[in-house]
Amino acid sequence: MEAKQTLDARGLNCPLPILRTKKSLIGLQSGEILKVISTDPGSLKDISSFCSQTGNELLSSQQQGKDYEFVIRKA
Amino acid sequence: MKITEQNQAPGIPTDLASLDAWLDKKLDEKLAQRKAAKTPSLAIIATKGTMDMAYPPFILASTAAALGWDSSVFFTFYGLELLKKDLQIKVSPLGNPAMPMKMPFGPEWLQHINMKIPNFVAGNMPGFENFATAMMEQTTKTKGVPSILELRDICVESGVKLVACQMTVDLFNYRKEEFIPEITEWIGATTYLASAKDADICLFI
Repeated sequence: MEAKQTLDARGLNCPLPILRTKKSLIGLQSGEILKVISTDPGSLKDISSFCSQTGNELLSSQQQGKDYEFVIRKA
Repeated sequence: MKITEQNQAPGIPTDLASLDAWLDKKLDEKLAQRKAAKTPSLAIIATKGTMDMAYPPFILASTAAALGWDSSVFFTFYGLELLKKDLQIKVSPLGNPAMPMKMPFGPEWLQHINMKIPNFVAGNMPGFENFATAMMEQTTKTKGVPSILELRDICVESGVKLVACQMTVDLFNYRKEEFIPEITEWIGATTYLASAKDADICLFI
């Protein structure tokens, strides 16, 4: 599935990865895919919690070396 | 006792025991529906004007807004300093003995050392407050934590209600022009309580 947009949140710490994710999602249409890359270990739980709270679908979340990659489908 | 045939709707049990169980089930369903339909809300009372105490209200309020919640912060007493146009907030080492003192730069091993400075030294040495503030600013920057100004802007952008205490302005002889125009309203305790009454989370910081 092709990501419509990629958000590079590397180097940012709580709460910025979530705030930027929210901001990026505003620019997308329902059903479109956002990819988020972060380095904050806290974002692993926070992004998942953000998605379940807001109804956006977390399609995948995985660690790639020092980076965390999230694929989110906008509700 | 039986419910008469005439006033009975289809699907509703007629004997009292099953009716009770049916009502319980129905009530749970209704409550779950209402909970799902309700927008959660966060109400914070911010009373401190130092940099370390400015982070929690702005972080929580902006995050709540990002989750789609109704989010508001009531700034009162020294908390009002956080709404100044010219933001001049500092970290006070005085009476803050748990504050870690670590170098924000230099070799890794050095950054992990907590330099215990006795509180009477940190609290009395001229310029120590500025030093501690500069260290904190540097630390947040290297760790990718936003500045207070940045967080405040995000709060404004994302629709967090920033409400200010009217009484504090009079008490400390502030002028309203000193504060950012994005303040949603100037209110007193009564108005704040009325709006915080139904908040799901209410925090005093």
